[in-house]
Amino acid sequence: MAEYATPTTEQEFAGNFAQLKPLMSNSEALLESSRCLFCFDAPCIKACPSGIDIPLFIRQINSGNATGAARTIYEANYFGNACGKVCPTEVLCEGSCVYTATGAKPIEIGRLQSHATRKVMDQGKHLFQPGAATGFRVAVVGAGPAGISCACELRKLGHEVEVFEARSQPSGLTLYGVAPYKITNEETLAEMAYLEAQFGFQVHYNHLISTRADLEKLENEYDAIFLGIGLGHTSALGLPGEERENCVGAVEFIEQLRIRQEQTAVGRKVVVLGGGNTAMDAASESARLGAERVVLAYRRGKEEMGAYEFEYDLAKGVGVQGLFNVAPLEILGNGKVEGVKFVRTAVLNGQVQPVPGSEFVEPCDMVIKATGQAKQTSFLHLIPELQLDGKGRIVFNPGTGQTTNPRYFAAGDAANGGAEVVNAAADGKAAAHGIHTFLTR
Amino acid sequence: MPDLSINFAGIKSPNPFWLASAPPTNSGYQVMKAFDAGWGGAVWKTLGVPVVNVSSRYGSVNYRDKRMMGFNNIELISDRPLADNLREIEEVKKRFPHHAVIASLMVQSRQEWHDIVRDVTNAGSDGIELNFGCPHGMCERGMGSAVGQEPEVLQTIVEWVMEVARIPVIVKLTPNISDITEPALAARRGGANAISLINTIQSIVGVDLDLFAPYPIVDGKGSNGGYCGPAVKPIALNMVKNCAQHPDVRLPISGIGGIETWRDAVEHILLGASSVQVCTAAMHYGFGIIREMTSGLEQYMTEKGFHTIDDMVGRALPNVKHWEDLNLQYKVTASINPDKCIGCQLCYTACEDGAHQAIRLQPGTRTPEIIDENCVGCNLCSLVCPVEQCITMERRDDGTQHQTWKERTAADDIPTTFNDERAGGRHHWVPEPAAALGKEKEKTLPGKARLYTPEPEKQVVNE
Ligand SMILES: Cc1cc2nc3c(=O)[nH]c(=O)nc-3n(C[C@H](O)[C@H](O)[C@H](O)COP(=O)(O)OP(=O)(O)OC[C@H]3O[C@@H](n4cnc5c(N)ncnc54)[C@H](O)[C@@H]3O)c2cc1C
Ligand SMILES: Cc1cc2nc3c(=O)[nH]c(=O)nc-3n(C[C@H](O)[C@H](O)[C@H](O)COP(=O)(O)O)c2cc1C
Ligand code: SF4
Ligand code: SF4
Ligand code: SF4
Repeated sequence: MAEYATPTTEQEFAGNFAQLKPLMSNSEALLESSRCLFCFDAPCIKACPSGIDIPLFIRQINSGNATGAARTIYEANYFGNACGKVCPTEVLCEGSCVYTATGAKPIEIGRLQSHATRKVMDQGKHLFQPGAATGFRVAVVGAGPAGISCACELRKLGHEVEVFEARSQPSGLTLYGVAPYKITNEETLAEMAYLEAQFGFQVHYNHLISTRADLEKLENEYDAIFLGIGLGHTSALGLPGEERENCVGAVEFIEQLRIRQEQTAVGRKVVVLGGGNTAMDAASESARLGAERVVLAYRRGKEEMGAYEFEYDLAKGVGVQGLFNVAPLEILGNGKVEGVKFVRTAVLNGQVQPVPGSEFVEPCDMVIKATGQAKQTSFLHLIPELQLDGKGRIVFNPGTGQTTNPRYFAAGDAANGGAEVVNAAADGKAAAHGIHTFLTR
Repeated sequence: MPDLSINFAGIKSPNPFWLASAPPTNSGYQVMKAFDAGWGGAVWKTLGVPVVNVSSRYGSVNYRDKRMMGFNNIELISDRPLADNLREIEEVKKRFPHHAVIASLMVQSRQEWHDIVRDVTNAGSDGIELNFGCPHGMCERGMGSAVGQEPEVLQTIVEWVMEVARIPVIVKLTPNISDITEPALAARRGGANAISLINTIQSIVGVDLDLFAPYPIVDGKGSNGGYCGPAVKPIALNMVKNCAQHPDVRLPISGIGGIETWRDAVEHILLGASSVQVCTAAMHYGFGIIREMTSGLEQYMTEKGFHTIDDMVGRALPNVKHWEDLNLQYKVTASINPDKCIGCQLCYTACEDGAHQAIRLQPGTRTPEIIDENCVGCNLCSLVCPVEQCITMERRDDGTQHQTWKERTAADDIPTTFNDERAGGRHHWVPEPAAALGKEKEKTLPGKARLYTPEPEKQVVNE
């Protein structure tokens, strides 16, 4: 039974994808900020990958200095508003708030963070300006959290920055990947516009850097190059029938969802393959688009899923059904998807083994593969001396972002193999300092 | 069931909770509603000369999200016609003959005092309260605190009142004076039957940062007002105690100031009050709070085995001593219960920066540790700890020794120089001044700020 009717209008879409962390009113922010204990050496700060001084900004909100709060946040993290909404706070700052040990609710750090940053955005209050020009020029490839954060910090340090972005809009997977109930397109883009207005970097949209010639041009025209290219498409599973119509990759499905919103087509019976956070998102999103039945199929047991517990709870909460210890054998159908043939699995000596004779068919009219994103290895191989590790991640110095080609720096999903927006934002910014040291040493 | 009723200097009421003379007692309508809700008495909003009021009138001290921790006003006495008030007093007394209605009065001349005392007595009032407290507006006209601050003037006026009074007379004292017992003694000399305290404290509750004007703001300007509400309780308690302990005051005390719950009321009573008055709490939450107050008081009395209010009055007074009478041999130190600790480290930073460097951090856990030999037993850590009963103060002396400063002085056993052995025992070790520099900087410099210190790579490895 579907919990959600298929949305047909913008309002219905907004209703089905209602924000999990809606904007806090002033009264709510006052109440919540009043609860913060202002811990010494606060554990929440340590749990934040961008190291925001959380007790400080909460106290600033509490004392009626929301602008100061926003400055504290943005000084540590240029995606301050987005992070407040999209971060898995349950396992980061809020998860380590001392209140959790009392049995009381942790401080709603994420929502307070978005509250303060939204205020300065709405008021158009500029907090930063570009530094005195150094004459150095840096090319940033990719306008995702890593690229934009690096660009902002480079501008602050006085370097000229040009960003090359394959897509037509900035913020990478914040706009094209994150679930719509975490952040709206409007909110994401408002923060990007706010940053661009302050730092004045150039973004060349619809500008894919893909060939050796493209790279050579960058190498000739710029003093350093930053790679914030993220990951690639959903990896292929290598199953028979994978090419059938309505068998799609999760990342591609979600990208459509973020662009087309209520016009996104979803099956009536959807099978999602995978056990990570993207699988949970795709399953939730299918349900909210009005699919009658959504089955989440995972090769191992429930406890072994890579997804955060709260993400699975969220999916369960909208009616998604878990199907565990099953492996897909074939996508069945006649042109279009009609079902998935599974075999049950058992774990023997840590290895997932098929149980012979246990095959069955789960009928469906859509399959979403949430089985991981491929790395952009063939593109990266075009860069001389750039080393990738065994998993296709760019080898880099985590303190400086520098790669094995000294003029190339990297951060974000392309370097860490896929983490969160906050990691990309923090590391992109750190890389700007690495570049600065490299250029000015 | 304990008996909550009182007989305060001859004024009877079903419980000790009275509404103080203030906006909640401005009309017969309000007083009837309050009695209906369960209040035992009401001191009518001060009657006297014709006045005009300004708007706005109130200001508030908020603490974080908590509103009206402290409250102030620049209002004057009743701005309603005396005749209307008298008629309503009469009506209330007819409907509630066993509740206490006390008329608060403030006029100037002897004749005016005589007239108004007769008027309110004829209206059926159970008692009279002389308002010598209002710290704004009326004192400029030679009334209110202008009287309360001059014991001789106060005594004279009390004498005028006593010339005609046939019902008990309470003198309400202003706290805007350095020794509260002086006006209390003057009230006694004048023949008053009781005192009530405190009235509001002269104050400015805040300044508007854009208009550069004090709150409450009247057309861009403000004035000092009268401060009250929960924030003033400690000042009130001390003054109630001073009057209750003074050997020559010997008058029943109606305790006022910061009473919001049954606990606040019991504290006033334990320090010598035999009735209590409430204003701000009723203005904040309405008359309904009386239910919590009476039920809490009843529960407390039952548990303690008190049968009447009189059983409790002044019970804490024998334990309020001068500093020189405290036992110097008594010694407590702090103790942290690691099972309760949530790791906020507020105790650590409080003791480290604000007390005696007697708490250290431990590797591998966020629970700090008390350094027993440095702990002077000041309580600070246990006060800042957000977890109930997590830091407790444990007694360390064996309880057999008792020695006060006074006794030591008498025995000529007090230290006369700093290196005197007799000054020992309460000293504690302090670190070298320069050891403070850079201490735990990495813990107070948040997050990525650490990353951009000179050795970024080394720092990252640490994380
Ligand atoms: C489905 C899904 C849900 C997610 N949900 C969350 C979430 O709820 N919370 C959270 O914190 N994180 C979430 N993430 C992870 C988060 O989105 C990423 O970690 C983060 O966006 C990585 O930032 P990035 O800048 O490294 O890469 P990306 O965001 O991928 O940005 C890379 C940018 O580079 C551009 N680009 C790539 N190659 C080229 C090229 N050759 N030339 C020019 N441009 C190029 C791309 O178009 C893109 O705009 C999610 C990820 C996915 C896939
Ligand atoms: C708005 C306002 C007006 C007051 N007016 C009077 C008054 O007319 N006569 C008087 O004796 N006290 C007056 N007071 C003082 C109160 O009776 C009381 O002494 C004081 O508020 C302290 O008590 P509380 O902290 O419980 O409110 C007034 C207080 C307030 C807040
Ligand atoms: S851990 Fe919680 S209470 Fe402590 S500073 Fe952080 S948000 Fe505030
Ligand atoms: S009681 Fe005072 S000195 Fe002792 S540990 Fe606590 S704060 Fe420090
Ligand atoms: S203040 Fe209390 S809870 Fe916080 S660290 Fe100290 S003992 Fe633990």
